[in-house]
Amino acid sequence: MTAAQERLPRLLALVPYLIARPGILIDEAAADFGVSAKQLRKDLELLWMCGLPGYGPGDLIDISFDEETVTVTFDAGMRRPLRLTGAEATALLVALRALVDTPGVGNADAIRRAVAKIEAAAGQAQPAGVAVGLGVREAGRTAEVREVVQAALRAGRALRITYYTASKDEVSARTVDPMRVLIVDGRGYLEAWCRRAEAVRLFRLDRVDEVEVLDEPAAPPPYAEPTDTSAGLFQAEPGQRSARLVLEPDARWVSEYYPVEDVEELDGGRLRVRMRYSDTSWVVRLLLGLGGDVRVEEPVELAVALREQAAAAVARLDRHLAVT
Amino acid sequence: MSVARAERLVNLVLCLLSTRQYLSAERIRGIVPGYADAPSDDAFFRTFERDKTELRELGIPLEVGRNSVFDTVDGYRIARRDYELGEIDLEPDEAAAVALAVRLWDSPELTGAAHGALLKLRAAGVDVDQGAPTVVESKVRTSEPAFAPLLAAVQAGQAVSFGYRRPSPAELRERVLEPWGVVSWRGRWYVVGHDRDRNAPRCFRLSRVVGEVRKVGRPGVVRRPDDVNLMAFVANTNSEPPQSAPALLWVATGRGAGLRRRARVVGEREVDGVPGELIELDLHYPDTAAGWIAGYGADVLVLEPDVLAKSVRERLIAVAEGTS
Repeated sequence: MTAAQERLPRLLALVPYLIARPGILIDEAAADFGVSAKQLRKDLELLWMCGLPGYGPGDLIDISFDEETVTVTFDAGMRRPLRLTGAEATALLVALRALVDTPGVGNADAIRRAVAKIEAAAGQAQPAGVAVGLGVREAGRTAEVREVVQAALRAGRALRITYYTASKDEVSARTVDPMRVLIVDGRGYLEAWCRRAEAVRLFRLDRVDEVEVLDEPAAPPPYAEPTDTSAGLFQAEPGQRSARLVLEPDARWVSEYYPVEDVEELDGGRLRVRMRYSDTSWVVRLLLGLGGDVRVEEPVELAVALREQAAAAVARLDRHLAVT
Repeated sequence: MSVARAERLVNLVLCLLSTRQYLSAERIRGIVPGYADAPSDDAFFRTFERDKTELRELGIPLEVGRNSVFDTVDGYRIARRDYELGEIDLEPDEAAAVALAVRLWDSPELTGAAHGALLKLRAAGVDVDQGAPTVVESKVRTSEPAFAPLLAAVQAGQAVSFGYRRPSPAELRERVLEPWGVVSWRGRWYVVGHDRDRNAPRCFRLSRVVGEVRKVGRPGVVRRPDDVNLMAFVANTNSEPPQSAPALLWVATGRGAGLRRRARVVGEREVDGVPGELIELDLHYPDTAAGWIAGYGADVLVLEPDVLAKSVRERLIAVAEGTS
């Protein structure tokens, strides 16, 4: 909707909103409607000219405002907001239902009560045709980690964590200043200022092996910006290397799981892609594990390194199997 | 929207809410300020048609009818019971759930609708504090190009056709679907419906839709079965995790951190003169585990079970003998 198209719904909602809140601050009302105080005043001036047929002094919507506050003294019969449209009820109820089944999000009981009340008030506007499941997989140990992390967030305390970094395949201890917990594609993450890296980092909760709440306050620096996850968690960074791969049909999932570029369909359902990576040891582990389902076209050094490492591993396996 | 138009529409709503009689277009032209300015009958009727459309698009229930058999033309009114949102009163924890739900969407289609719902709840007197910090943040995005046309088709009850690429066995073909709903599961969108070619319910991943989604036939044709559980089509493949089986591995000292954090050390051993530890861990998915372990190359040796050792060896052989 354009700004102009949003105006009528706002005008229709404004009178009942103000009826429910006599003497509200104009700034507060403007914030609730997501408009400037200046725009809200224009809306009020317009409503003041509207009313019931006759359009005499006693028929028009009556609004008294001073410098800072506003009160509606005659509503011209617009006491209640318009019912929810099907699309509005869907957007709200589907989101609430998705949250019910998500661990750690909040009070599941309160969410259910909210759903029931909104359904009752929305009447015939039943949601349909959209369903959302966040599908968070959370083992018991991860739930414990999340609870400690959330407690630290509420209390505004720093954390000491032992964390497994998959890209480097190493476990390290860090002190972090927690900023928020978020769920992306079915997994829980802690976003925090990492004092060791001196940067904002996302820590996957199921890779936090130990967690301890510290006595010191969480103090992320003021310039610590939350990560924009709208384009996915993996973002192209300067200095990254890239490999050209050919994926067999069984390995096509790689192109849906990791960000790839220059995707080219080949015969037989194979896919040629370019994949970026920061850590060679990580890409070697990924590709060794994929076996014959991936072929490396570029860089040649990576292809050679893979073959050598695989051959060494097979030789070791064969020596051992021959012995036992 | 011009000031004059906004004012006219608010007055029209107030007028039609206040009447029990159906008012003809001519009556409305005489009563509601703004219409009298129309230079001709034609101009008036064009304006009035546009205004009716605008009100209906907002979800305002315009009733059309005649007061008696002597009326020669249709009239209009708005039934208050259909217009007004039902009584609703949310406890603070329920309102907090609503605030969280509104923030779940990151979607041009659904964010706007959720905010529209929030506006109306606020107008009904519910206080929803959107600035309150959330304990867990989650976003449901609808960035796939196929989302908007498919949601529109679901809401319109209209069949669609689209190119769909299935990965394995690989094929790209045109599908004709009567869509029942769009479903998001773990951050991925699917469309569920009746596949006309297969004559059976099917589910399609939106990221695998190729090209444009085209409308087929008229709106209002698709009937969703009453008892259908959309989520079940998408999420039911993820059943209980299978029984886990123990495995015994040798891991070179200082290597294989990802394996070690899930394992117990049960001994020490030298392999090919390399010091290492014997570790024991429980594996749920043998296939995934083989890829994971193969990724570590010569740093890890599978001692038990034999089937896992063979599966790891197969992958490594394929890489070692790769033709790249």
